[in-house]
Amino acid sequence: MTRSAGGPAWNRRHLLGLEGLSADELACVLDTAESFKEVSTRSVKKVPALRGRVVVNLFYEPSTRTRVSFALAATRLSADVVDFAASTSSARKGETLRDTARNIEAMGVDIVVVRHSAPGAADHLARVLDASVVNAGDGAHEHPTQGLLDVFTIREALGRVQGLRVAIVGDIAHSRVARSNIWGLRTLGAEVVLVGPSTLVPAAFREMGCEVSHSLDDVLPEVDVINMLRIQQERLLAAPFPSLREYTRLFGLTARRMARARPEVIVMHPGPMNRGVEIAPDVADGPRSVILRQVANGLAVRMAVLYLVAGGRPAAREADPRRAAAPRGEGREVLRGAAARTGGAR
Amino acid sequence: MTRLVVRGGRVIDPAEGLDRVADVLIEDGRVRGVGPAGTPADQVIDARGRWVVPGLIDMHVHLREPGQEEVETIASGCEAAVRGGFTTVVAMPNTDPAVDSEASAEFVILQAARAARARVLPVGAITKGRRGEELSEMAGLVRGGAVAFSDDGSTVRSAEVMRQGLLYARMLGRPVIAHQEDADLNGGGVMHAGRVSVVLGLPGKSSASEEITVARDIKLAEVTGAHLHCAHVSTAGTVDLVRRAKARGLRVTAEVTPHHLSLTDECVRGFDSVYKMCPPLRTAEDVEALREGLRDGTIDAIASDHAPHSPEEKEVEFSLAPDGVIGLETTLGVVLTDLVHEGRLGPARAIEAMTAAPARILGIQRGTLRPGCDADLTVIDPELRWEVDPSRFASKSRNCPFAGRTLTGRAVSTVVGGRVVWTLDGVRG
Ligand SMILES: [Zn+2]
Repeated sequence: MTRSAGGPAWNRRHLLGLEGLSADELACVLDTAESFKEVSTRSVKKVPALRGRVVVNLFYEPSTRTRVSFALAATRLSADVVDFAASTSSARKGETLRDTARNIEAMGVDIVVVRHSAPGAADHLARVLDASVVNAGDGAHEHPTQGLLDVFTIREALGRVQGLRVAIVGDIAHSRVARSNIWGLRTLGAEVVLVGPSTLVPAAFREMGCEVSHSLDDVLPEVDVINMLRIQQERLLAAPFPSLREYTRLFGLTARRMARARPEVIVMHPGPMNRGVEIAPDVADGPRSVILRQVANGLAVRMAVLYLVAGGRPAAREADPRRAAAPRGEGREVLRGAAARTGGAR
Repeated sequence: MTRLVVRGGRVIDPAEGLDRVADVLIEDGRVRGVGPAGTPADQVIDARGRWVVPGLIDMHVHLREPGQEEVETIASGCEAAVRGGFTTVVAMPNTDPAVDSEASAEFVILQAARAARARVLPVGAITKGRRGEELSEMAGLVRGGAVAFSDDGSTVRSAEVMRQGLLYARMLGRPVIAHQEDADLNGGGVMHAGRVSVVLGLPGKSSASEEITVARDIKLAEVTGAHLHCAHVSTAGTVDLVRRAKARGLRVTAEVTPHHLSLTDECVRGFDSVYKMCPPLRTAEDVEALREGLRDGTIDAIASDHAPHSPEEKEVEFSLAPDGVIGLETTLGVVLTDLVHEGRLGPARAIEAMTAAPARILGIQRGTLRPGCDADLTVIDPELRWEVDPSRFASKSRNCPFAGRTLTGRAVSTVVGGRVVWTLDGVRG
């Protein structure tokens, strides 16, 4: 592992976004995820790393796949998992996010995983709670575990991130996935080109270190990765583009378009897909697609994130004093071996 | 006859072109003269080493009464005013119900008289209920004490209604104070549309939204001959529009808030809603243009846009929080610290922007120490260092974006009508 010498690469209590994470911190999560991915291949898919800890999934927006992925990740770390879906709770009775979270925290929760439509909702909770907060998507702001799993998948498929050229295609303006990908990829040395209609790809993204293009055909031959974002049809109401048909004609990834791409290109999609809109079925299921690998990697990445924010150390350094009482010896043993095995993977 | 002497201070009265060490003699609530006050006095304020200025005027505050007395009352707002050095505040009509009738304006004046702290001048709504549809009884509002008209908090969306409001206000000899943003262009914006909003994923309000409305209103001021006052201008483009309107001789004036002179949209990183207000904090380039506009007189006045909100309202997700910050108790300190002491604005111009300029805009006989005027004055210690601690504010609200900052300079004594209404603890008097 090429983590900097000295202190541990990870000492954050929360994961609110990928903005501001260093290359070392990103590598630390990815390396830890790689160790955990190995766990999934065993017959007994559980480690006791978070035994006795409580993780609550506080979801104010419906999202089956992210919620299930976090729940499964926590379960594999032997944590207790509570699902708190806002539709079935007091959130609908006008209780504020802060009060709800504080109430839940009072029940002895260690990690709050929050999904909310308001940008900054996770930052807001991190300010008012003692528990660790993991952002599972806050409006158009960030979706850091999705960004991490996308970067993880790229690194796994292509062996590196540095120097790659990645196209992110779709409704960039409203996409938290795009933002987290941009931070992660730029910090690890990839080039990012954002592709979509001018109404959905504001030029201001150039100031985040990205290129902006409105022609998918121009971009395809020169990229190593194509990440197709989901087009949210409800956005059509605000009329940022004239019709789905026109969107698909200009920005849909079809087999015919794929012929312009490099042969070793990989195709990604954070899901759920609108088959036939932003991505054609034969591309989504085709040989260059790594979409299902993204889902599998999401589990490993979320295990790594939960483990690290709870004070875990992949290289088995001294425990975080705030979490000193937590039992994690056995899990640490598992990881020490794994970390050694993946040494120098970057 | 009671005689009060404010002795030995640096008297800065921009309306009179005065800036020198002198005594101010006050008799029976009126300024008798500025000069050596040899005769014995009933009361003396020792102002040596201090500034003695006409009572500060804040031409844009929200006192929340009637309707939201839990976050501010006219009495608590007036106490905050005098502690901040303001002897006159101009109360916006977006209360519940709105100040859109003679009786509602009289209610504001009556409550202020009961509080007996700062003077309160009500602004009447341009349109009934601030709905932007039909004109309110504007003549009745003037009879009730209104000094200007505004639908502040909202823009009068219809250009035709705005044109009629300006025409009618012109007949009454009163300015229209315009809150200027284009609701359509704003979309669901909750902060300035720019690099920071893109990073945060928050919907933005563009500068163009403000500037388009300012341009519209300037044209309407031109065709009606009315006096348009642009409230809380926030962008470089607006400064440019106002500068050109003035150059053409139009009756256009403008005000700016201390937060728009001091803070930028970078503050919103971290999603703390104490930095959410309308108009939103803009960029460093806008701040620079606002400072320049204030220096060269394009922007006439400084006003706090004091907008109290409870913690329950404010401490929610950024996009759900209401707009607004309080400012009565920090405006003077921020202006002195960030502008005057930094050499960006001369002391006389700073004081003018909070005294003579708002008085001129509103057509009121205040903001000066001219003999015969009501003896409203503020004694300022320009070098006093103090930490902003909202828990000690007189305002009932705490939504202050300067909390925790150390400021240099504050009011130490406030005199309204010859009566010392407030003195800072521990200050010689
Ligand atoms: Zn306003």
